[in-house]
Amino acid sequence: MGDNPLNPVASPAAQSGHPLPLLVAHNLCKSFGGIQAVDHVSLEVGQGSITGLIGPNGAGKTTLFNLLCNFIRPDSGRVVFDGEPIGHHPPHNIALQGLLRTFQVARVLSRLSVLENMLLAAPHQTGEKLWNSWLQPQQIRREEQQLVEKAKLILDSVGLSHMTQSYAGALSGGQRKLLEMARVLMADPRLVLLDEPAAGVNPTLIKQICHYIQQWNREGITFLIIEHNMDVIMSLCDRVWVMAEGKNLAVGTPEQVQTDPQVLEAYLGQ
Amino acid sequence: MVNYLVSLGIFTAIFALFSLGLNLQWGYTGLINFGQVAFLGLGAYTTILLSSAGVPLIIAVGVGAILAALLGLGIGFSTLRLREDYLAIVTIGVAEVLQRVALNEEWLTRGARGVYGYPLPLRNFNPPLVVALAMVALLTAIVALAGWRWWQWLRHHIHGPLQPTAGWQGFSLIPYLVCLAGLQFSLWQLCTRGSPIFWFGAGLSLILAVGCCYIDSFREASQRQSPLKTLLTQGWPTHLILLTSTLLAGVLGVIYQSVVLGLFNNDYKSRLLWLVILVLALMFWQLERWVHSPWGRVLKAIREDEEVARALGKNVFVYKLQSFMLGGAMTGVAGAFYAWQLSFLEPKGTFDSLLTFQAWTIVVLGGSGNNAGTLLGAVIFWAYTGLTRFLNDALPLDDARIGAFRVMLIGLLLVVLMMWRPQGILGKKEELTLGR
Repeated sequence: MGDNPLNPVASPAAQSGHPLPLLVAHNLCKSFGGIQAVDHVSLEVGQGSITGLIGPNGAGKTTLFNLLCNFIRPDSGRVVFDGEPIGHHPPHNIALQGLLRTFQVARVLSRLSVLENMLLAAPHQTGEKLWNSWLQPQQIRREEQQLVEKAKLILDSVGLSHMTQSYAGALSGGQRKLLEMARVLMADPRLVLLDEPAAGVNPTLIKQICHYIQQWNREGITFLIIEHNMDVIMSLCDRVWVMAEGKNLAVGTPEQVQTDPQVLEAYLGQ
Repeated sequence: MVNYLVSLGIFTAIFALFSLGLNLQWGYTGLINFGQVAFLGLGAYTTILLSSAGVPLIIAVGVGAILAALLGLGIGFSTLRLREDYLAIVTIGVAEVLQRVALNEEWLTRGARGVYGYPLPLRNFNPPLVVALAMVALLTAIVALAGWRWWQWLRHHIHGPLQPTAGWQGFSLIPYLVCLAGLQFSLWQLCTRGSPIFWFGAGLSLILAVGCCYIDSFREASQRQSPLKTLLTQGWPTHLILLTSTLLAGVLGVIYQSVVLGLFNNDYKSRLLWLVILVLALMFWQLERWVHSPWGRVLKAIREDEEVARALGKNVFVYKLQSFMLGGAMTGVAGAFYAWQLSFLEPKGTFDSLLTFQAWTIVVLGGSGNNAGTLLGAVIFWAYTGLTRFLNDALPLDDARIGAFRVMLIGLLLVVLMMWRPQGILGKKEELTLGR
């Protein structure tokens, strides 16, 4: 995997048995009006791991995601990514540092082609600066060629290569999920927050998605996954965090969590 | 008559510039700007006031554009972080405020009395023959390039006519151009002499020119069905597009010819039209480069879903600001030309919010998010305005009513267009059917 073109920042920790925390959230709080959506929640994501985040609907999982990448500012608490506090960074900077997210309902850019969706995600493009179209037109063209190649490679690996030139808005629900994940991959991620990657997706595609996630994980990308489908959690995750009513409820291996009476109670009621 | 066509051409080009600015903001970035006229007025007033004070014209225009961009910066900084509807309301307000300032700060703008007698570009420029020839060559190059792109577009988008059949690659471009020249000659004669015989000539060459477009498809089709049947089954939009675009080419030819003659005969309006076409061509080219660069891709992403752009590491606010300022600066330049064309400027007319909505009409008509569509929209809008002026002679109504009637008609036209082709004339149909 050393010469893997998809991820130049593959870290040795991914292969080692002792993962260091890549992301640490400490005592995060957020309330909307009178509702305490996230209440002193802490979380750790080990370097190179696939970590799960589960909880009943309304437990505050998605809000926690928004807090982690600063889409919503927390009321208190702090987030440390790769040893550096990122609480004061604007969301786009966090993305540029390698902490990328997807959305619960896949959001593609409808009136852009699938390829354009992919190209957009690449960070630090020369051509994104207005004046560089005069200063470095050659450089822009070169980068663009490389990006197109990389994008095609990734699209190929998720089986979307036949849709390269179609509008992203013409994709089916499952294809949108794939495109969203492929697009995140273009952004050179170190940690990807996946919000329900298997929601509304047929069982065959779920298997494929799990396969891709494991493959990308082997290539050095760390994942934090919100998911309701316990099969997905069981097959993928090293460690699972459970939230309920905006609070930490439990943490452990999938097996431990599944048999935890507190978790069962939160999911099934009394 | 020819002079009228030339000034119509100048207005068309100015409004094309004006609307291209809006198209960058709305069509590509999704920013709703209902105060576009504020940028126009600011550019116009800055340019003429500075140049009246003795500042060289080119610097005056530059300062006008920069001030318009700074206005965009000011508006943008306060509102672009908010939801888009706030921007729309603030822009309306800013346009009103600027109008009041221009009305009341009489020491600066002479208020409602208006400004006139300000320096005009190329006013006393009597080009020697060589320079005039070079100017004509440049204009010809621009016109030829535009014409070529137009022909390409027609061939690409019209099925049936214009499609060379297998083994017959000599599509009828040459005969078409000959007929077009005939059409243009007849129209020129009509405009300058007005003898009715040329109506016949114009009509005949128009029909022949359009006929040329069908030749190839007939050759293929005649083996299966009669040419007449082919003609009737090809769908009326195709015929309409061919007919109007050929007619338009003839009229543009007349304008081109009069500009060329005017450049040699020291006619001022011809020089102004030459200048505005040059600026328009440059800006159009630069815009096309920008919107097709990664920068433009980010703008389009923001238009589609700014949260996604942010999640992928794009500084949405800065891009919106750039788009807003750039569109504003272009509009400021359009404002300078607007002032030069009118050669009289007063606040009520200059900051009239009607102008903003004319720009919106142009952008929506042509298909938002499409620069060529915006050019086409400007041409259609001013062709309409130019034609309906003659309603005064035809209808037994007074001027005010005719004016209202014209506005009503264009409103109706927009309604019909939105029902028949909601994506605008050059917009892509597929884009409408996409789910979010």
